[in-house]
Amino acid sequence: MPTGRMPVRLTEAQIEEIGRELDAIRHEVIESRGDRDRRYIRNVIKTQRGLALGGRVIILASVLFLPSWGHGLASYTVFLSLLVFGAFSLGLAKIIENMEIAHNVMHAQWDWMRDEDIQSSTWEWDNVCPSAEWKVSHNYKHHTWTNVLGKDPDVGYGMLRVSPEQRWKPFYLGQPIYALVLAVFFEWAIAIQGLELGRVFSGKSSLRQIRSQVNMTLKKMGAQIMKDYVMWPFVVVALTIPFAFLGFGPAWIAVFLWVLAANAAANLFRNFWTYLIIFCGHFPGDVYVFTKKQAEEETRAGWYVRQLLASCNIRGGKLFHFLSGNLSHQIEHHLFPDLPSNRYQELAPRVRAMADRFELPYNTGSLVSQFGSTVWKILRLSFPGGKSLGMSLEFNTWNEPQESTEV
Amino acid sequence: MKASIPGTSLLSRIASAPRFLAYPLQISNYLELINPLWSSHRLMARVVKVWDETKNARTLTLRPGRHWKRHQAGQYVSIRIPVAGKLETRYYTISSPPERNDGCFTITVKAVGRGSHSLVRDIQVGAYLPIGLPDGDFVLPDPLPEKLLFITGGIGITPAMSMLSSLIARKCLPDSVHLHYSPNEFEVVFDKQLKEMARSHSQYRPVRIFTQPADGIASLNEGRFSAAQLDRLCPDWKEREVFACGPETMLTALTAHFERTRMSSKLHLERFGFGSPNVPVDGVGGLVRLVKSGLDVEADASTNLLLVAEQAGLKPNHGCRQGICHTCNVKLVSGSVRDLRTGKIIDEVGGPVQICVSAAAGNCELDL
Repeated sequence: MPTGRMPVRLTEAQIEEIGRELDAIRHEVIESRGDRDRRYIRNVIKTQRGLALGGRVIILASVLFLPSWGHGLASYTVFLSLLVFGAFSLGLAKIIENMEIAHNVMHAQWDWMRDEDIQSSTWEWDNVCPSAEWKVSHNYKHHTWTNVLGKDPDVGYGMLRVSPEQRWKPFYLGQPIYALVLAVFFEWAIAIQGLELGRVFSGKSSLRQIRSQVNMTLKKMGAQIMKDYVMWPFVVVALTIPFAFLGFGPAWIAVFLWVLAANAAANLFRNFWTYLIIFCGHFPGDVYVFTKKQAEEETRAGWYVRQLLASCNIRGGKLFHFLSGNLSHQIEHHLFPDLPSNRYQELAPRVRAMADRFELPYNTGSLVSQFGSTVWKILRLSFPGGKSLGMSLEFNTWNEPQESTEV
Repeated sequence: MKASIPGTSLLSRIASAPRFLAYPLQISNYLELINPLWSSHRLMARVVKVWDETKNARTLTLRPGRHWKRHQAGQYVSIRIPVAGKLETRYYTISSPPERNDGCFTITVKAVGRGSHSLVRDIQVGAYLPIGLPDGDFVLPDPLPEKLLFITGGIGITPAMSMLSSLIARKCLPDSVHLHYSPNEFEVVFDKQLKEMARSHSQYRPVRIFTQPADGIASLNEGRFSAAQLDRLCPDWKEREVFACGPETMLTALTAHFERTRMSSKLHLERFGFGSPNVPVDGVGGLVRLVKSGLDVEADASTNLLLVAEQAGLKPNHGCRQGICHTCNVKLVSGSVRDLRTGKIIDEVGGPVQICVSAAAGNCELDL
């Protein structure tokens, strides 16, 4: 394990060679995209929609087993098992939609198929953050400026100190709590983060300038609330209410609230899972952060090296990779954000071996160790100090004196 | 797939409330799980039967989805065919008559070219294909002419087949001569049907002409269209309304002959419409047409198209300017561009172009 300093000493020629090797891999995959990839994404989309619809139907059906119906099977055991099962299925559908489908579709990974239904420009995801906003803050800012302090919005989400190079402020003392709150409201945090309200408070931007963006976000939030917390509970109530008039069955408000709760649970499940995976992407262990100057002076090959040093993988089985939206291959995703995600797994050994040849780190570990390391960092870095890996990277091309690390 | 947040007036809000159930998708996206033909956001067709007309031409019977509109005999339909994972658009004349009443239509395709080859050889019964609505003005006039002449070559027989079977179904087939060119007697598409129609309808006279007879005796051009041949096979051709469809060489000869004899007004043509992409020379820029803004700009081979558009006064969406984020993706309307990272030519019409890392390679049209 490297300590204290950047473990890489690369010549300019080596960096450019890394660039050429990775370009060649990228080209190879682009040339070989074909039927199997199309079948893959279409099957995933079908499965996901089946799970979503199935989950909603099971939630609806569960209500028919509330004890107040009085029939033989009506009991809290049956009702709650079904309700939990339905919510789980719906939550799974939301996870797959957000992670393996939408995130990757919006990265233009599937645009090459020229399928109107699966295009980065038109895909709207099942999340309160509007796709248009996400594509700016994620595809552009995060992927271009990965782990560059002051430029990458995902370094601590403007709320957490996840790298010792971020200057400590008393505000960070509370970050274990902020991190928990963030996990619960993750999709909302991302939607609000994209608005960059901080720029308004600091006077760099005005409310008027971001008004249309705020409106778009509020509309998207409203539509998501309507779906999960108004329309679906209402539909289930509408189907049971005729019986209520006949004098039996559950109270409509109970039905409404149970369905609402199941949908909220599904959203919460998705929030926790995405948070878990995403926090393992750039925060664990020995990931590196960079200065704006370093990033601005790098070549395309330098960008590749930065992605490799700034990302962390998670080990796991096929199902785990799938449910993580293949973000368990965060390194491969960051090197090749627009290659189909189903290919990352087969690229990983090649990237890892290449990293090894050039004596570059390849940060990977189990979910427990990666997330554990992230949690430890959040706790440790809420206090001043912390062990720095060193920002003055020993890239021969990047030998400039260290810049201010202020965010 | 575009998320549409319903309108703002109270009534329209209430009326569109059910759409929130599927948001951000449409209810149609879930209906299509059960049966793709029920979808309303995208018209699909199911392949219900395949039948080989010759060794390399196949008729596919398609059952279109709910929003299909009945075609007119002679019209074509666009079909999206997956070729190596990519959806390619091809246009095929509908070979069945509109009077067919089982809700299906047929196309007859020769296995030539990537898209058509895949359609003939790879697409199985049970497959679903995205389709468009029928289109085209190569249709029979109303009122019907008293005498007709069909001149067709190879797979170009399809519109004539649709027209003839439609006329027969409507019991109004006029005096019709049909000159059909094919390489040899074994490659006549609809051979049996033509003979059958001639047997049961005396006013229909098909003439088969072979351009490359199988025994190899005839010279290559003997059977091709000529003025003398037309006079010999159909002496009263000047009295007939002519409908022709076939390979480009045949149509060129026909057009020339009809112009020479000042009979052009009687000639109706349908072309296969193969676009011949002209491969650009290395290191050459071209004229960039920005379709939405109506601008034409000269661009060299090394300046990226984002910069070209900006210099022309546009402000296209963009992010990283280095090919990472795809914010600047624009649809290629026609022509070709070069990916500056790989040097690769991109000429897939309808495909996305990352304009921040692409330069003109020959002329091109961008959806900007």
